[in-house]
Amino acid sequence: MSAINLTINELAVEVTPGTTILQAARQLDIDIPTFCYDPELAPNGACRICVVEVENARTLIASCVTPVAPGMVIHTESERVINARKVILSLMVANHPLVCITCEKTGECRLQDYCYRYGVTDSKYSGEVKELSLDDTNTFFVRDMNKCILCGICVGKCQEVVGAGAIDFTRRGFISNVGPAFEDSIEDSTCVFCGLCIDNCPVGALTPKYSLGQGRPWQVKQVRAICPYCGIGCNINLQVKDDQVIGVKPVKESPVNRGHLCVRGKFGWDYLKSSDRLTAPLVKSDGVFVEVSWEEAFGLIVDQIEEVKLRCGDDALFGLCSPKASNEEAYLFQKLIRSLGSNNVDSFTRHCHAPAVNALMEAFGSASMTNSIEELAETGAILVVGANLAESHPVLNYRVREAVRRSGARLIVAHSETIDLVDIAHHYLPLRMGSAVALVNSLANFIIEEGLHDRAFIDKRTEGFEIFRKEVSGYTIKYAAEVTGLAEDELRAAARAYAVAERAAIVSAVDTDRHADSANLVLALANLALLTGNLGREAAGLYLPYGENNLQGIADMGALPGVLTGYQSIKEKNVREKFARAWGVSINVKPGFTVTDIFKHGKKSGIKAMYILGENPVTCSGEHLETAAFLTDLDLLVVQDIYMTETASLADIVLPAAAFAEQEGTYTNTERRVQLSRKAVEPPGEAFPGWAILAELAGWLGFDWNYDGPQDIFAEIASLTHQYAGIDYERLNEQGLQWPCPKGDHPGTKFLHNGRFSRGLGRFSVVDYEPQAADNLSICCSKGHFNCQCLSENLSRHSVINTLRNNNV
Amino acid sequence: MYEKHLMICGATGCISSGSRSVEQALVKELENHGIRDRYRLVMGGCPGFCEVGPILVIYPDEVFYCHLTPKDMVELVEKHLVGGEIVERLLYKGPDVAVPVRFYDSIPFYAKQKFNVLHNSGIIDPESIDEYIMRGGYRAFTRALTIDSLTICEEVKESGLRGRGGAGFSTGQKWEFTNKAPGPKKYVVCNADEGDPGAFMDRSILEGDPHAILEGMLICGRAIGSNEGYIYCRAEYPLAIKRLKIAISQALEYGLLGENILGYGFNFKINIKEGAGAFVCGEETALLASIEGKRGIPRPRPPFPAQSGLFGKPTTINNVETLANIPLIVREGGAAEFAQIGTAGSKGTKVFALAGKIRNTGLCEVPMGITFREIIYDVGGGIKGGREFKAVQAGGPSGGCIPTELLDLPIDYDSLNKAGAIMGSGGLVVMDESTCMVDLARYFLSFTQKESCGKCTPCREGTMRMLEILNRITGGFGNPEDLDTLDSLAHSIKDSSLCGLGQTCPNPVLSTIRYFRHEYEEHIEEKYCRAGVCKALFSYKIDQERCTGCRACVKACPVDAITGEKKEPHEIDQGRCTHCGSCIEKCRQDCILITRVGREADVSN
Repeated sequence: MSAINLTINELAVEVTPGTTILQAARQLDIDIPTFCYDPELAPNGACRICVVEVENARTLIASCVTPVAPGMVIHTESERVINARKVILSLMVANHPLVCITCEKTGECRLQDYCYRYGVTDSKYSGEVKELSLDDTNTFFVRDMNKCILCGICVGKCQEVVGAGAIDFTRRGFISNVGPAFEDSIEDSTCVFCGLCIDNCPVGALTPKYSLGQGRPWQVKQVRAICPYCGIGCNINLQVKDDQVIGVKPVKESPVNRGHLCVRGKFGWDYLKSSDRLTAPLVKSDGVFVEVSWEEAFGLIVDQIEEVKLRCGDDALFGLCSPKASNEEAYLFQKLIRSLGSNNVDSFTRHCHAPAVNALMEAFGSASMTNSIEELAETGAILVVGANLAESHPVLNYRVREAVRRSGARLIVAHSETIDLVDIAHHYLPLRMGSAVALVNSLANFIIEEGLHDRAFIDKRTEGFEIFRKEVSGYTIKYAAEVTGLAEDELRAAARAYAVAERAAIVSAVDTDRHADSANLVLALANLALLTGNLGREAAGLYLPYGENNLQGIADMGALPGVLTGYQSIKEKNVREKFARAWGVSINVKPGFTVTDIFKHGKKSGIKAMYILGENPVTCSGEHLETAAFLTDLDLLVVQDIYMTETASLADIVLPAAAFAEQEGTYTNTERRVQLSRKAVEPPGEAFPGWAILAELAGWLGFDWNYDGPQDIFAEIASLTHQYAGIDYERLNEQGLQWPCPKGDHPGTKFLHNGRFSRGLGRFSVVDYEPQAADNLSICCSKGHFNCQCLSENLSRHSVINTLRNNNV
Repeated sequence: MYEKHLMICGATGCISSGSRSVEQALVKELENHGIRDRYRLVMGGCPGFCEVGPILVIYPDEVFYCHLTPKDMVELVEKHLVGGEIVERLLYKGPDVAVPVRFYDSIPFYAKQKFNVLHNSGIIDPESIDEYIMRGGYRAFTRALTIDSLTICEEVKESGLRGRGGAGFSTGQKWEFTNKAPGPKKYVVCNADEGDPGAFMDRSILEGDPHAILEGMLICGRAIGSNEGYIYCRAEYPLAIKRLKIAISQALEYGLLGENILGYGFNFKINIKEGAGAFVCGEETALLASIEGKRGIPRPRPPFPAQSGLFGKPTTINNVETLANIPLIVREGGAAEFAQIGTAGSKGTKVFALAGKIRNTGLCEVPMGITFREIIYDVGGGIKGGREFKAVQAGGPSGGCIPTELLDLPIDYDSLNKAGAIMGSGGLVVMDESTCMVDLARYFLSFTQKESCGKCTPCREGTMRMLEILNRITGGFGNPEDLDTLDSLAHSIKDSSLCGLGQTCPNPVLSTIRYFRHEYEEHIEEKYCRAGVCKALFSYKIDQERCTGCRACVKACPVDAITGEKKEPHEIDQGRCTHCGSCIEKCRQDCILITRVGREADVSN
């Protein structure tokens, strides 16, 4: 369609058909006030503040909902328009308590701003006003609905973006209000406390309790950081006043979360201020911790490490790295362990993510989620298998909803429980627990039978198809229906929906990792994606979002026993030589122990000393008592953490570390986006940033490390790591960069396997459905992620959001 | 074969004035004479003349009986049906006729009417598809099956039919837009959510001639390429809904609805959706939302329903009366015939509901272009009680008032708009000197304020403020700035509201200010309501010279505020009087005067 020409305030502009008057005006930098407009929500047109004068139109026109027409002549600030806006503002003010003196929103209130702009001082329309009582009944935020101007943004966010549907308009006419059904309390509603309503309220109707009385907007410094919870890596602005974090707001400009958060990001940061924080190095003496100086602590560690090494060899030392450590911390951590002579460094991510990681490596040659978060919103079909994103990765769940809402994507949900996406799913497959592999295999088989597979892609880009085709042919729809308990027609319809979409994505998540046969399921899903050519393309792919904020990063950083940074194998001589040269030490050729080996074999593993960075194996390993006994028996246990965890309490030496907001560092999210998180406040007491502790300790151990800050460490990582080579702090400033980014002018990589799989050809694997024992399933699958979060729980149980967990359990 | 057809008006108006008990008495009387089976007794559609109901028309004798009571049936059966003699006592005899008249054609109420839409109402049994077909029903639809869909749109356009729901958009054009909108699934929606106070045109059509609506929808479906329709009818119209349901099942049985209709490969299904009573659901986008099961609130247009309507599909929404015109237009030569009636811009007839201080309340169908004077004085029989005409409110709460000086205005869409009123759905509320125009504006605004959905700011907040100002003025607390504030607020609400409700609800205020500004000024400046309506703004006073001391007012006064001996002039105790008006109704000498508070009488009632 051809462009449309029109005139706004005497300026000519050319726009594409379908553009609204508001959007066209914004192209000309003409500012039209809005309250109820939000580009991601359905057109609303309720507040009317954006009305403009269109020549020859009968009435004023709401610019936010009206598409342009050829030859329109528009005035956005004519006398008629200004008069109408003044009346609208006066009407709002007449029914809005003018308590701006103490209102938390003062300074960033749009009603205030527009009244200022149009000189509306008070209202000549005084009369009846709303008199609703203040609602502070929920744990997280206060609702003063007398201030509400009924723009409906909160309702739109809650229903359309989040899908919680906790609030809607209640009553009608002059006494209209917004609230939960039957005007119940928020806590009794379906509210998930994501805070989107609060973050988008144009006036002061909704305020987080933590912000009350803490400071006015102009007193608050915004510090951009990365949320420390799941692998999505939402960008947040920490609200800082007087060296205290007093709130969190989402970053609208971030392609990762685009102004969205979940309850963890919005409300889960208060652990920073927890009184449980460690504030000084501690050494256990006669079973009791005593505070010591950093020098004393370092001196003791050095003595004991050297003693263990001397007595039991280099391999007696083991380093366990938390997937919440920054890239810089993880890099220095593995560098320290390796400089001490062994490759014994690993993380607990093996427990939950390794099966999936291995499966992806096998199929594609790269363990990462293939496509980006933002692409998911543009795909044509989404198959969600065994994932409850609303609990595990709410922000990704918003993208799935967006794909359905805005791109018209077909949604297929295969889950044994009625998860929230079922409401909008076109195909819901409530399969029997543990039967997902049979389901996915049957879909693949049906797609082949129907000739819906992508032959050209299979021929050119994959291997192993013929064997796969033969083996999977046993998975008839009839068989799958028996195993899964689903109707045959539903299976066929779902298979077609996925296969016929121009671009289709598969989403599976942490729940998958808890299936006993999760590796098989990931392979089966990989087969499905290969079969339909949904790889190496934008808005297609296989999404397996990680559960921890830097799980991707610590693996990239080589906190794994067999590889150095960027998955460079320890077995390769030139790799070892490269690192030996750079670090000035020799690299052990022998791969280290995995964490699974260590805790499985306990004492027999020969480990005598352990350095645990921000990890809590006593609660995470699954075998609490054995783990605790093993850790207690060690000759040396050093724990570096922000709290006295169950594990730290068993340590000989505990080092107090800074939390994410108290230090600078990078984190790599589940879509390989390296993001910079800034320092907002000072760590409490004697606590120090993790990288500084490690660098200092390295000095005490006699290594010549010289870093002025995390930026230097990152430069070293980039110099040794192909995927990170083109990245530096400067470039990370705005939106981060997705690796591989091999050169300084490389834009980063939005999706993987474009033109070529990391392993060359994509590989079909034959995977068989194996019936699972019932008891095995109930343990593995019955709990949602929020209640099972392992590492994140270390944070959340020191936060107000822990109340939700208790409620749910 | 029956000897005679006895048509008792079975529409809601006559039912509430007792036509059901008249029917029962008639049946009983016929049975008493053992002649029940010789007569076909029909509770028929509305003949319009509600003022004189209950009504019974006897065919083929062509006798129109009115003001009937059950007791009258004894005489009626004995004399007319058994004896073959007309009961003169029960014929129409108004001040406008010299002698009692026997049939429609000689009743002045009907003289200037032209029955198109109502041509079956009161003539046929609304529950009989055969009678509808006998009167030419479904002939237009069968013709529509044989001609091209765009030709149908073209014929409707040629007829000049404009939407009878209020805004007056060209129906043919609307159909053509929907016809040309892409997509396999389209909907026809009949808006039967008639909600204006005092308006019952659509109800009468639905009750009196339901098949006409089905036929109109079928033709529309054929013209726009739709196979499914919805009738959105307010639940307060149970009889209309019942008759529609009967009509739908009959049409299904006759193969005029359903699959492969008459073998032409055309399918059509009609659903009824009952509205829950929100006035705003008459607004088309709110109506669609309500059918979809959502909160009945309007959404911005575009997209217009023709592009994206019900369930996001192209949809034509027509009002009941519009659809009832369709079968007349789409029959052979119908469009040209239709276009011959009316004015240059407004074709055909319009049904109006006459209410208020008019003698002949009821329903009338008149050609477009007729003047208000003709409707009020010739059809309506003038003002009740011989009072002076003051104004007529056209178009209900969205419309405006027409004062005496505009009585000769020809009624069509454009001249009404110019005068500050609207055609609306066709409600005409007539007012005389005892109507306070400020109070009238306040009444309509209180209606729209209550019915505002609350979505957009100007309507939600603004109507409340306008109402508060009007309450102030009528309560005696008005101040001189109020008129300007009202005026500017009204214009802003009209100019910036989201839907038709908000954009038109200030009309009653604006038009009364325009034509009766002096009444507002009297209320504000002199604290005086000349009509004696706004209780704080007048006193009753007894004209001592004219009072005969009949004590009628003393007996009528509920608070014992009137005292006086028999045959002596009475007095009103101003401290006790609550201005209820009971005395003025009873006074036979017209000696109770409305005066300014605390002043001498200067205007009589």
